Amino acid sequence: MGGDLIGVSMLWAMLIPAGGALVISQLGRWPNLRETVTLVTAGALFVDVMWIADLFSRNGGGGLTLWEIFPGLGLTFTVEPLGLIFALIASGLWIVTSIYAIGYMRAHREVNQTRFYVCFAIALSSAMGVAFAGNMLTLFIFYEVLTLSTYPLVTHAGDDKAKAGGRTYLGILLFTSIVFLLTAVVWTWAVAGTLDFTAGGVLDGKASPGVAAALLVLYVFGVGKAAVMPFHRWLPAAMVAPAPVSALLHAVAVVKAGVFTVLKVAVYIFGIDFLAGVASGRWLMYIAAATVLIASLVAMRQDNLKRRLAYSTISQLSYIVLAAMLATPLAVVGGAMHIAMHAFGKITLFFCAGAIDVALHKKNISDMGGIGRAMPFTMGAFLIASLSIIGLPPLGGLWSKWYIALGALQADEVAMVAVLMISSLLNVAYLLPIPVRAFFGKPANGEAITGLKEAPLPSVLAICFSALGCAFLFFFPEPLYRLAQAILAN
Amino acid sequence: MIASVHFPVLQIVLPLLLAPVCVLLRGARLAWFTALTASWAAFGIAVALLLDVLAGGPISYAVGGWNAPWGIELRVDAANAFVLTIVAGIGAVVMIFARESVEHEIGNARAYLFYATYLLCLAGLLGVTITGDAFNLFVFLEISSLSSYVLISLGKDRRALYAAYQYLILGTIGATFYLIGVGLLYQVTGTLNMLDLAQRLEGQEGLRGVRVAFAFLTVGISLKLALFPLHFWLPNAYAYAPSAVTGFMAATATKVSIYVLLRVFFTIFGVEFSFGQMPLGEILMFLAVAAMFAASTVAIFQNNIKRMLAYSSVAQIGYIVLGIGMASVTGVQAGVLHLFNHALIKGGLFLAMGCIVYRIGSTHIDDLAGLGKRMPWTAAAFVAGGLGLIGIPLTAGFISKWYLVLAALEKGWWWIAVLILLSSLLAVVYVWKVVEQMYLKPAGEGAGRTEAPLGLLVPTWILIIASIWFGIDTRLSAGAALEAAKTLLGAG
Amino acid sequence: MMEAFGLYNYWIVIFLMMSGFYVVIARGNLVKKLVGLNIFQASVFVLYISMGKVAGGTAPIIAEGIETYSNPLPHVLILTAIVVGVATTALGLSLVVRINEEYGTVEEEELADKDPAE
Repeated sequence: MGGDLIGVSMLWAMLIPAGGALVISQLGRWPNLRETVTLVTAGALFVDVMWIADLFSRNGGGGLTLWEIFPGLGLTFTVEPLGLIFALIASGLWIVTSIYAIGYMRAHREVNQTRFYVCFAIALSSAMGVAFAGNMLTLFIFYEVLTLSTYPLVTHAGDDKAKAGGRTYLGILLFTSIVFLLTAVVWTWAVAGTLDFTAGGVLDGKASPGVAAALLVLYVFGVGKAAVMPFHRWLPAAMVAPAPVSALLHAVAVVKAGVFTVLKVAVYIFGIDFLAGVASGRWLMYIAAATVLIASLVAMRQDNLKRRLAYSTISQLSYIVLAAMLATPLAVVGGAMHIAMHAFGKITLFFCAGAIDVALHKKNISDMGGIGRAMPFTMGAFLIASLSIIGLPPLGGLWSKWYIALGALQADEVAMVAVLMISSLLNVAYLLPIPVRAFFGKPANGEAITGLKEAPLPSVLAICFSALGCAFLFFFPEPLYRLAQAILAN
Repeated sequence: MIASVHFPVLQIVLPLLLAPVCVLLRGARLAWFTALTASWAAFGIAVALLLDVLAGGPISYAVGGWNAPWGIELRVDAANAFVLTIVAGIGAVVMIFARESVEHEIGNARAYLFYATYLLCLAGLLGVTITGDAFNLFVFLEISSLSSYVLISLGKDRRALYAAYQYLILGTIGATFYLIGVGLLYQVTGTLNMLDLAQRLEGQEGLRGVRVAFAFLTVGISLKLALFPLHFWLPNAYAYAPSAVTGFMAATATKVSIYVLLRVFFTIFGVEFSFGQMPLGEILMFLAVAAMFAASTVAIFQNNIKRMLAYSSVAQIGYIVLGIGMASVTGVQAGVLHLFNHALIKGGLFLAMGCIVYRIGSTHIDDLAGLGKRMPWTAAAFVAGGLGLIGIPLTAGFISKWYLVLAALEKGWWWIAVLILLSSLLAVVYVWKVVEQMYLKPAGEGAGRTEAPLGLLVPTWILIIASIWFGIDTRLSAGAALEAAKTLLGAG
Repeated sequence: MMEAFGLYNYWIVIFLMMSGFYVVIARGNLVKKLVGLNIFQASVFVLYISMGKVAGGTAPIIAEGIETYSNPLPHVLILTAIVVGVATTALGLSLVVRINEEYGTVEEEELADKDPAE
């Protein structure tokens, strides 16, 4: 009975945003109503996911197969802790983002706002599908839907820059997913005869060492959304999108769907014991480590704030890929926690970037001297989130880095611990100068900054909320930690 | 019931006899209604036959009471019942589309001739599919071909005439090659019935006559199905034919030729001879891969979207032939399945182009700017069909690709699997070129919202929705394709 | 040598086939192409008809004192094929007439220049 209930509630997690999208599409003429519906949908989704989490903690997992697409292989959904973390983060932050978006989109006088909210809801629906996918085929399907539903958001502006950005976005994501990921999925199916996410993996004993090594490479590069170099360029390209898109989708839903897939493959397709012995794992780990460092270095040289944040995201995502490739229990815990920790930090940073753009029309860091006086709340939140990304107490980012580092020690990869430390230093170097310049720097071009000039109230509220979230996760990481631990328990 | 016993022959006779009725009736509406009745009845019969065959095995029908191998046998098994359903189904849906499209592009004065020819073409294609006699197949092939030359030449653009002429020359050469092949086989075996041929050819593989016949048949049919590099007739024919004709032909004519190829390879000659003694697998694989890349690349550079889709068809035929060339159950299943899925997708896309021609009057890419706003439903149909062409999950194209890749991996040809997927990226490029034009480029001054009439939109969306439906629920399509593959390989 | 000579009907078929085929490919005039196509088809007719011949056989009519008959089936088949061929030629020629009306020429090279490139 508990299983059925959880299955149905999972279905609702996809139907609520999809239904919301349908309603929103009909409300183009009434902006207030449209945005109310968006908020209600987001709230309902979060309640539903919370309910799933509650059912899960009481009754254990459950699943549901809608129908079979291929004989023995269907559209299947199951609840497991990793997916729950992802779903909770994405749905929770959707509420915050919706509030933020109301302020941002109106202040920015964006066109096609209805299309924006519709695509947003569809993207969330497919993110839920990714989170609750019970086998690799289902995950792949929603992964592709997520790519396509976010394309109109990336090209929202409709100008040549947006078109070029959209091309890179779609080109890289479709290329990697069709050529590498789909090959890997079909190959796994051919080798293992199942694609179900199974504790301990499905490939052990079925795939020869060579095949396993090739498959791992295909999976890691195939999940282009994880932005492992050299397939990272879509993420900076996606920055042409409006700020709420960059915030929720390109710091949380889309990119986390990528690393989530990598973790899921590592834990439930390979199984970490088997993964530890796969020859290509070590090389992929080095590539992830290189991505961590190189992306940080590139981030330092970006003057456009959103681009700098995008490269920072690339670097942070590879933490999780690195954790997956370490294939130790603590690293997986750390990786799963990093999904949440980084989400709160990075969404705040993107919110701030959007707020600065709306309030002061500034996009480049070099113009941001002294803006802290005009936007104290925004820049205060920026500082908090930066510290969380760097991994300093008392902020949540500390915990996930801590566990990944422990995981690296568990795997006897001291070099990886060093990589994490160096990366933190680089984070300091590219993030902290921004608030410092904002609070202590001089305004550019001698323009005077007088008085408070914050973004619209809904946006500021959202910023403060997500920044507080970073601190909250430092003091109360328990529930998250327990969920992350449960990934390997079942 | 007596009628159901005669379903196999009614399948052909009904459209064949109603064709002259269209001419007698003259009125555009009446002729259309007659043709509509005929095509939907044919579809109903085809579905009934498919269900019968899936439940009770092959059906044999002796025309005029003359038993095989002397008389002409109509033989329905899992393979051709499936193809019959596709052809008749597309024919029926396109017929709904035809009324307004033909009125606009050909005019009501000559419409009755169009409907008569259309029915003849349909009868010919169904005949090719259902017959169990190698020479009878040639006759039906020519009925369908001759009527399709006429249909193509009805296009508004004068280039349609020359396209039809080119198709006539190459099509006749193809059919004549087929005739030579059949003649040589008759000389060796003294029979024309396909099953009889298969039996009598056993043990005769060494004869030069058999091998030469095989070569003639292969080349002749390859011409008809536009296998790269024998595809030169196709792009212009599809680009300049009337919209309804392109939609119908793209989804049926080449598909029926592929079915003939399957029959010749697997039923008449048998897998052992076709793929064991003749180096057919390698040749087909090479040509198919070349088609996938070359034709897709050419498609990218087309500015006439109908012609772009036509080149895309050549590439997609490559996928089908690739599956056939693997000569394994999964491979043939993938090929037959893609034959079905691609018929739906490409039919839907060409009908969407028909809607655009109806309103915009052009298929040039520059004229499609801002179409997402001007014709939202048509544009959406194009996008949905385009996604199917690429093979995005939840569309029929994905299902075919899945089986194709699976078949390649089963054989251990992982590089083929990678090539299949790589070439589908070329589809992303040419589809997205249109998508960007329709959604990201504002329409010119004074272009209001001018959606196509329902009479065009509904059939377009029937095919598009079907292509999505068969990407989600594959029991019918993949199941029937599997049965077809088993029948073909088992009979060999 | 004698054997190759004895199969003279095949040599005729091959000669007709190749010359017809050559005309189709090499000639730019649309009418001449159709002529070539006809020769090409005729070769197949000859192939069928000659294969039906049984040495010493006569027409398949039951009559006194005749034991062997030629095979009538290929002849019947080719009757059908001739009908198809005539239809094809008629259609091809009418297309050529229409092309001539629209373009004012039936030469392939001239046709290619008359339409703007797309």
